[in-house]
Amino acid sequence: MTAPLVGVLALQGAVREHVRALEAAGAGTRLVRRPADLDGLDALVMPGGESTAIARLARHDGLLPRVRTQVDGGMPVFGTCAGLILLADKVQDADALAGLDTVGGLRITARRNGFGSQLDSFEADLAVDGMEGPLRAVFIRAPQIVAAGDGVEVLAAHGDRPVLVRQGGILAATFHPELTDDTRLHGMLVEMARDRVA
Amino acid sequence: MTITTDQPQTRTRLNTGLAEMLKGGVIMDVVTPEQARIAEDAGAVAVMALERVPADIRAQGGVARMSDPDLIEGIIEAVSIPVMAKARIGHFVEAQVLQALKVDYIDESEVLSPADYTNHIDKHAFDVPFVCGATNLGEALRRITEGAAMIRSKGEAGTGDVSEAMRHIRTIRGEIRGLGAKSDDELYVAAKELAAPFELVRQVARDGRLPVVMFVAGGVATPADAAMMMQLGADGVFVGSGIFKSGDPEKRARAIVRATTHFDDPAEIAAASRGLGEAMVGINVADLPAPHRLAERGW
Repeated sequence: MTAPLVGVLALQGAVREHVRALEAAGAGTRLVRRPADLDGLDALVMPGGESTAIARLARHDGLLPRVRTQVDGGMPVFGTCAGLILLADKVQDADALAGLDTVGGLRITARRNGFGSQLDSFEADLAVDGMEGPLRAVFIRAPQIVAAGDGVEVLAAHGDRPVLVRQGGILAATFHPELTDDTRLHGMLVEMARDRVA
Repeated sequence: MTITTDQPQTRTRLNTGLAEMLKGGVIMDVVTPEQARIAEDAGAVAVMALERVPADIRAQGGVARMSDPDLIEGIIEAVSIPVMAKARIGHFVEAQVLQALKVDYIDESEVLSPADYTNHIDKHAFDVPFVCGATNLGEALRRITEGAAMIRSKGEAGTGDVSEAMRHIRTIRGEIRGLGAKSDDELYVAAKELAAPFELVRQVARDGRLPVVMFVAGGVATPADAAMMMQLGADGVFVGSGIFKSGDPEKRARAIVRATTHFDDPAEIAAASRGLGEAMVGINVADLPAPHRLAERGW
């Protein structure tokens, strides 16, 4: 079986870490900076970074609406932190994103930077549905999921807030799985990509 | 569910991790909430809250200190991206104040007047992350040993002359490459010469990179300057006086952000460079008498 080809949106943010995790999980990778880079991908990762910066950088060539088209066509996508914000259908306090295209499609309401300043960043062990043993999660100026709509499966929560969700081919986390050596979530995306290829 | 933020290793991962999220981005000096909003709208990944940009510190002279807390808080309230602020080298109480203000990152900066000509701040004593300047690998590794979660090569702030930024990133990258060619027994001597811990030196030799993110600062004024720093291996750029001392700050800010992302695409850099109006006038570093070179502050 050939390795699925997974793109990593590479406009800004933790790109290198996702590439390493995906390769460890058995995928081939490609950096995505322009719409043409999306052609032929089996899945896409939208990394953490600053969602305002990423959305602005993408607007020259309509990259994010193109991602939406492919996600609607069934391409699996995994958004972490800023990536989750860009996948969310609704974002609270979205002044800084006003007038910018995002991807959307994930039926959640997200709040950017939901915990406060960097001093409020933290780590926690999560119990993930269908996963054996805890998953160490790194929350850095993390967003919050304040509401999840129909068809959004909550795979993990922290307190009473969902932090890892799945809706069909869309997987999204408010934390940073790429900053630990645990590649199980990247493995989940790679499996989704394999299923689609098959 | 356990939350273990109080463990030092966890804090290190959170703080170096925030710097990872800034990679490929531009951090801009701002002196008002309005400038901070312009920077955010232009796609900055963070802002540095200051009372005076380095070019003005240079022009006005006198002792340069931490900014007024009111100014810093005003900027924190104005934007959703991370806010950094500067403390003087060795001034651990300015750093305590900045942590109390809940800034996202402290820059222990040679742009301000040093408070201590022997010691830097013990950054392990803080929960908030620090970025520190460096002109060479030994300096970078000493700052990391003291707890810096991010390094920026110093360049020469407030000049608009990129030559020192060039020299410092070439020096640091060259020294890292040099370490990679050494055997273990030679690394002991290298550690001695770098005045840095052996384990850290060996890690850098093995990985071929610093264990933290490295941005470039000090003299970046154009999209081409920023793209060149990225091509030389920077993880991102700080732009100080170069934006708000130019003719059209909004346009220049957007252009530098675009060129930083598409640093390896000359057509994009060319597109970003068009019609920006006047760049900051600048000062040639070669014309600066030695006492006015900020990069020489730090030990």
